[in-house]
Amino acid sequence: MKVTLKVWRQKSASDKGKIETYQLAEVSEHMSFLEMMDVLNEQLITEGKIPVAFDHDCREGICGSCSMHINGEPHGPDRGVTTCQLHMRMFKDGDTIYIEPFRAKGFPVIKDLVVDRSAFDRIQHAGGFISVPTSGNTQDANSIPIPKADADKAFDAATCIGCGACVAACKNASAMLFVSAKVSQFSLLPQGKIEAKRRVLQMVEQMDKEGFGNCSNTGACEAECPKGISLENIARMNREYLKASASSSE
Amino acid sequence: MSKSGLLKSTVARKVAMALSAFFLMFFLLQHLIINMTSVFSAGIFNELSHFMGANFIVQYLLQPVLIFGVVFHFVMGFILEIRNRGARDVRYVKYNGGASATWMSRNMIWSGLVILAFMGLHFYDFWIPELKVKFIEGDWTGALTKGGEPIRYFDHLTHKFVNPIRIAIYCISFVFLSLHLLHGFNSAFQSVGANNKYTKGLQKFGVAYAVLVPAGFIFIALFHHFNH
Amino acid sequence: MATLDAKIPEGPIKDKWTNHKNHINLVNPANKRSIDIIVVGTGLAGGSAAASLAEMGYSVKAFCFQDSPRRAHSIAAQGGINAAKNYQNDGDSIFRLFYDTVKGGDYRSREANVYRLAEVSGNIIDQCVAQGVPFAREYGGLLDNRSFGGVLVSRTFYAKGQTGQQLLLGAYSAMNRQIGKGKIKMYNRHEMLELVKVEGKARGIIARDLVTGKLERHSAHAVVIASGGYGNVFYLSTNAMGSNVTAAWRVHKKGAYFANPCYTQIHPTCIPRSGDYQSKLTLMSESLRNDGRIWVPAKKEDVMAIREGKMNAVDIPAENRDYFLERRYPAFGNLVPRDVASRAAKERCDAGFGVNKTGEAVYLDFASAIHRYGSEKAMISGEENPSESRIKELGEAVIESKYGNLFQMYEKITDFNPYKTPMMIYPAVHYTMGGIWVDYNLMTTIPGCYAAGEANFSDHGANRLGASALMQGLADGYFVLPYTIGDYLSDDIRTGEISTETTEFVEAENAVKKRVDGFMNNKGSKSVDHFHKLLGKVMWDKVGMARNEKGLKEAIEEIRQIRADFHKDVMIPGEPYEMNMELEKALRVEDFLELGELFAKDALDRTESCGGHFREESTEVGGPQDGEAKRDDENFAYVAAWEWTGDPSNSVVHKEQLTFNDIELKQRSYK
Repeated sequence: MKVTLKVWRQKSASDKGKIETYQLAEVSEHMSFLEMMDVLNEQLITEGKIPVAFDHDCREGICGSCSMHINGEPHGPDRGVTTCQLHMRMFKDGDTIYIEPFRAKGFPVIKDLVVDRSAFDRIQHAGGFISVPTSGNTQDANSIPIPKADADKAFDAATCIGCGACVAACKNASAMLFVSAKVSQFSLLPQGKIEAKRRVLQMVEQMDKEGFGNCSNTGACEAECPKGISLENIARMNREYLKASASSSE
Repeated sequence: MSKSGLLKSTVARKVAMALSAFFLMFFLLQHLIINMTSVFSAGIFNELSHFMGANFIVQYLLQPVLIFGVVFHFVMGFILEIRNRGARDVRYVKYNGGASATWMSRNMIWSGLVILAFMGLHFYDFWIPELKVKFIEGDWTGALTKGGEPIRYFDHLTHKFVNPIRIAIYCISFVFLSLHLLHGFNSAFQSVGANNKYTKGLQKFGVAYAVLVPAGFIFIALFHHFNH
Repeated sequence: MATLDAKIPEGPIKDKWTNHKNHINLVNPANKRSIDIIVVGTGLAGGSAAASLAEMGYSVKAFCFQDSPRRAHSIAAQGGINAAKNYQNDGDSIFRLFYDTVKGGDYRSREANVYRLAEVSGNIIDQCVAQGVPFAREYGGLLDNRSFGGVLVSRTFYAKGQTGQQLLLGAYSAMNRQIGKGKIKMYNRHEMLELVKVEGKARGIIARDLVTGKLERHSAHAVVIASGGYGNVFYLSTNAMGSNVTAAWRVHKKGAYFANPCYTQIHPTCIPRSGDYQSKLTLMSESLRNDGRIWVPAKKEDVMAIREGKMNAVDIPAENRDYFLERRYPAFGNLVPRDVASRAAKERCDAGFGVNKTGEAVYLDFASAIHRYGSEKAMISGEENPSESRIKELGEAVIESKYGNLFQMYEKITDFNPYKTPMMIYPAVHYTMGGIWVDYNLMTTIPGCYAAGEANFSDHGANRLGASALMQGLADGYFVLPYTIGDYLSDDIRTGEISTETTEFVEAENAVKKRVDGFMNNKGSKSVDHFHKLLGKVMWDKVGMARNEKGLKEAIEEIRQIRADFHKDVMIPGEPYEMNMELEKALRVEDFLELGELFAKDALDRTESCGGHFREESTEVGGPQDGEAKRDDENFAYVAAWEWTGDPSNSVVHKEQLTFNDIELKQRSYK
């Protein structure tokens, strides 16, 4: 099939950037979206042009590298997938496809479709951990039983791959789903409860510093999340935050 | 309370927004109940109106709280909106927000602004005349008449609902209020961290509230328009 | 030629590690602060090593080419992690885990290393739980286990289908804590392109900032390579697109021996290739073989009808199906180890029974399991005489609860519903057991240069068992390297900061600059991928699942030719000092093209079949094992460690003889 691509091209962080139009004549419906981008790049290279830069790595939906905003939605029109798992059968012959980087003040563009998501790392540095030495001399893994329901919920929160689709989808570019997933994972486990207050206060503070917007509970993040992280996590973080700020001595 | 100040963080601001919303939603409900009495009995309506308008606690304790709540809600709404707009400094060329979130949730600022504008009209219609009677003319009896006819409360109300343009504005405004509430009701619960096994039921209740309360106001307006 | 000294401690195997730890030198906490360690790679091995070393007090600089350490490819591991906890009371022990791992590796791993691995395996689970890794649990709140890949106990801990991601996030969170404290300086989007040696010791690296394109010099008192495996030499593999051999290969070219490059694991259950544009292969967890039956049609005409779309798999009656694993290996059936299952699938496809258009696919069928589970479920819930469709419905629900996400992933990729039609699978390159040669302390043949995780060669021999890659990465990083590196660094407490202004650094940087400029100024006409695909095809066809002398010799010639063409005709658009992903690829493929040749050379040298390395010339003839791989312990029970001498064809092999004192060498039989 044939597609027309409208791709955001931006030489560097300081460049203004604009949409460029490309035609692809032979696209197989079995291709993944990124394989279609490979074909585009191969074509650009043979034409002596600069290929489109985009982040990608595992191409099986788990590393969270790919970060394309396709036809107005992060990771494109399919649900529960990352861009690398999106297949061209979701599109029709003759379609025009807009491809832009994830956009947020907290995710500045580096080049073309590549954005800097290190804000997520910095939020994690602020408290996304349990302070336990890596000595291995911790207590036996089975010494604290954890109710299966809590363990499952913690796992569901922990499935976040940190791709940033939540921020990209949110009309406010809010990072609440990402941050709340991490806060939830730890606050649900007995091991994480000890530092829960400090963690939530510090992570929210860092999130705000990075310039992400407020959560207005539109639910776009949950709908677009390739891993289906639930809004429940945001509610849980709000609770944790309230508890922590009401009782914190700082 | 933490030294960072409760209202500095995005989360805290949203909680404050939700708390003011709860207060306003409660106020809205009692406003509807009192207004609804006007459909059945002018007497009861007048009595209740007089109580609300003349009671010391209502006037000097609850009313300032209400005013604060309203002002806080919309000022905070603007503050949040400004940050939210700034959080995406470069816009998307193509943004399909409707694919993942409802129109209501994405347009709270617009439905809110319509409601704010409506409140201007509402104050002009009812609150300012009230203030005039009570504070300028100094009549706290609630029994003011003009040419022998009572002109306060019930009569004031029916009088205002004569003009079809005003009725139209009222109805449209309440539709926007409904849209605002359709997202706002449950959003407020989510903001204060209530998301649990009751949420599903609460969501249904929220939809009912968001539809029935504005519909009630519309009904009252239309009722008086066509019956008087 | 000096023989390799593996520095295995004396004493009985169960005391070696403890005694060793008790007697190695330590570094005073006050001195650790002034000692720098570079860690390249932030997967399970690199991430856990960086976190542990920083926690011990060293100043760590960690490098990854991804935009965040959390994205290292360890994240893609699905199945689980082994540990000899014996929580299930099924008789597991450190010795059994040790024994299974050595046996599974076809007796080509180093006993002492594997024992240590089994010994610390339990600590890994304790550590990860303390860090908040959400392992699967039972209703009683205790950890759940499952059994995996042809062993007789349940010792695999798991977090649904994404154990790798959860463990990596655990290591990443430990890193975050240290980054927040300033003990780890993190360099994201940086690629190591050269090792710097000063007076024979590893003292730093040259890295390219992938955002600005600038070359940077970084110095340290020791360098840890934890950059993963080199499966991408095949172009198509289950590795991430960015996974590469460069860090390991650069160290090799500076003097670190490269061990057993030909040991590659081909995973049997991957989604088949669908076309030439294919960029990578997707793994389906091995756990599917617990319930799926693997088959191809028994008749050629059925194969043809299926390929032409005239027939569906479900139309073929049971008597016309060839369940070839069950037929050949009645004892283990569909649960034979990975190498055996892969070869059997290839044998059928080579014989012309492959079931898709490319002729490279076999069926993995869940119909029997659906029926079995459905009937059981109906029985339990007391439904009498349930209809076929009701049984199917119940059975599908059971399968969904077990493999739902895998089935969904399969459907997303192929557009076929695996509940209704059998899955199609084919083997794909998955893991490389070979890697940089290291001694018991994980030090390479370059003093001060260490290798951990998949990047080293040490623990899996010729074939890796399921759920043991995660175990090895974390064991190396959390519990081995942090101790052994201190022994070396205790001599460095007076060295002080290493200057990056010395001639060694300048020369190393210039060498990299020359490579970069060479590519940028090359007036070629073809993309990097073009050559990478050519290399991959040669590797897969001639150095893949089955190898023979003729093919390997041809492969060596062909790879040399591709390498020459690559240098002549590759074109890199753009500028060197900016983000340039084509340049990144070129620098990686350049190294793959050299490694590929050494890989084939190693495979040619090893005329026995063992584990993932199958030489067609070395098969059993006659008897019950007819046609199976034949190992040659008399001549090949050694590690082949290659020394770089300027060209892969001239590489010199050093043999580390493997001695087995605690395990008797036996033929692996799954009949």
